[in-house]
Amino acid sequence: MASRQNLSHAFEIQGGDFGKAGCVSLEIKEILRDLGIDPAIVRRTAIAAYEAEMNVVMYADSATVMLRLNPQGIKIALDDKGPGIHDIELAMQEGYSTATDQMREMGFGAGMGLPNIKRNADLFELKSTIGKGTSYKIFIDLGSEEKT
Amino acid sequence: MNQSFHSIKVETEKCDGRMKCLRSCPTQAIRIRKGKAVILGEKCIDCGECITACPSGAIVALTDPFGELSKFKHTVAIPSPTLYAQFGRSILPNRILAGLKKLGFDDAFDLAFTCGDTSLAIEHFLDEYQGPKPLIANTCPSVVSLIQVMYPQLVDQFIPIQPPKRLASKEIKERKSEELGLKPEEIGTFYITPCPAKMIAIKQPLFEEECYLDGAISISDIYGPLLSVLESEDQDSYRKSLESICVLGIGWAVAGGMHRTQEMKNVVDVSGIAEIIKTFDDIERGKLQDIDLVVPYSCPQGCVGGSLTVENRYISHNKIMRLLETLEQENIEACRDRREIRERYGQKYFHMKQKYEPRPIQALDEDLGRAIKKRKQKEKIYDSLPRIDCGICGAPTCLAFAEDVVKGEAQSSDCIFNVPKKFQQLTGELSRLLDGFGSFGKDREPQSTHQKKGQKS
Repeated sequence: MASRQNLSHAFEIQGGDFGKAGCVSLEIKEILRDLGIDPAIVRRTAIAAYEAEMNVVMYADSATVMLRLNPQGIKIALDDKGPGIHDIELAMQEGYSTATDQMREMGFGAGMGLPNIKRNADLFELKSTIGKGTSYKIFIDLGSEEKT
Repeated sequence: MNQSFHSIKVETEKCDGRMKCLRSCPTQAIRIRKGKAVILGEKCIDCGECITACPSGAIVALTDPFGELSKFKHTVAIPSPTLYAQFGRSILPNRILAGLKKLGFDDAFDLAFTCGDTSLAIEHFLDEYQGPKPLIANTCPSVVSLIQVMYPQLVDQFIPIQPPKRLASKEIKERKSEELGLKPEEIGTFYITPCPAKMIAIKQPLFEEECYLDGAISISDIYGPLLSVLESEDQDSYRKSLESICVLGIGWAVAGGMHRTQEMKNVVDVSGIAEIIKTFDDIERGKLQDIDLVVPYSCPQGCVGGSLTVENRYISHNKIMRLLETLEQENIEACRDRREIRERYGQKYFHMKQKYEPRPIQALDEDLGRAIKKRKQKEKIYDSLPRIDCGICGAPTCLAFAEDVVKGEAQSSDCIFNVPKKFQQLTGELSRLLDGFGSFGKDREPQSTHQKKGQKS
């Protein structure tokens, strides 16, 4: 019974592929829409997923994303292969960014990405190993939305 | 929610199921059932793409026939500024308005002036607005529907200013009933429309008390008759005609024209549903927060691209832009008193009284647990499909088909690629039946011998 109410989906992201940037969060949004999830939650999830996705596109080589969903909540686990984050505490501060000028010119790298994920997620865990990669765990609560 | 009015209809007897509409619909609101196009009301945003795409003329807009005029004691035509863009550059608005009167309207009202007023009202609103950005213009009713259906979270970002045609009609009815001593319902106001979407606001007003229009006549219906009554103009009156054009309002017909002469600078203009969808996805991701206003038109190039227009959208776009340039160069600003507009704005004359409500597409199931199950079924079905979106099943894409199957609106055997499987299955069943029939015959003998044996014993 429980497994029937679980939905899981794997996605892959290529670092540097700006052309496809945003596709994964868009697909996640489409799934949530199908399920009739409250639009406000869909939007929060989409923003968090998009910011994580953009981090991969900008800084990492590649990543796998695992979406898991059940009536209690939405879990997005993203593991990237890349340089890792040197100082997570600093990276979580608004306005801090290591983006190149070129990225900034494209409108990215305002240093809002990670703080934005934190703001939109109910739980956000970030782990990083220098030279290997970063893993993001984003959780969004659905339990309280059961009534709708 | 499902009973919402739509201004587009399939004339089934004319439809020969050629699927052009199926592929043209930006919201996947069309299916071909039993060889005929069917519009799914829940998803339709009345953009009119299917009308343009249909080679058989089987999809029509529910505009009003000309005969409706006789129902009223006094009639007023309110043409969309798009009408002005349908004729050559030398034919200016006041001649077109005169032409409308010759066609039988008692009066013709230049909506561009109300558009200009509304532009100023929008400018005031932007000045004092503090909420999340960007704001979104509600000019195009298809865009309003698109947001209500697909981006319900963005409804609060609409500018809560009434569309000009409603304001104009209200103003006309009030003024005329006083002048002529008629009741407001004896005065018929008719919008001359470039698209079916604008009909929704008339036939099914979002908010009862805000609709004051009595009908809509399509530009394509009125174009021919109008052309035949237009009179030529000499050089002197041309200058006068030019001076009677509202520079602030005429640009409403084209993407990028609405705010051109305004103080509004930080504006993004988008036209065409596919581009709008991309832009709205970006807004949802929080990417356009430093933009003040987004002005989306569902038709490419703006209302001049509407499915009920006549002239090539690029040519009519050019005509409006050239007209704007000329007016700017000549410093012609035939618009109403700005101070009066500001005063009216202060009195909330332009404000909408109610908010737009979201009407999100139905989920696969109301219960989340069951919806998850159905979503998995949908994915499983989709994986079994060829993913070439051939449309032969009647759905625009394999994914849409998978969803239809899960919702019980189609059967997996409707997919032509499943036919061999189905055939195999049927022949399998048939041969099993035949085998069974054969063995039934064979069985009988031993059985009867058995019986005989039994009888014997």
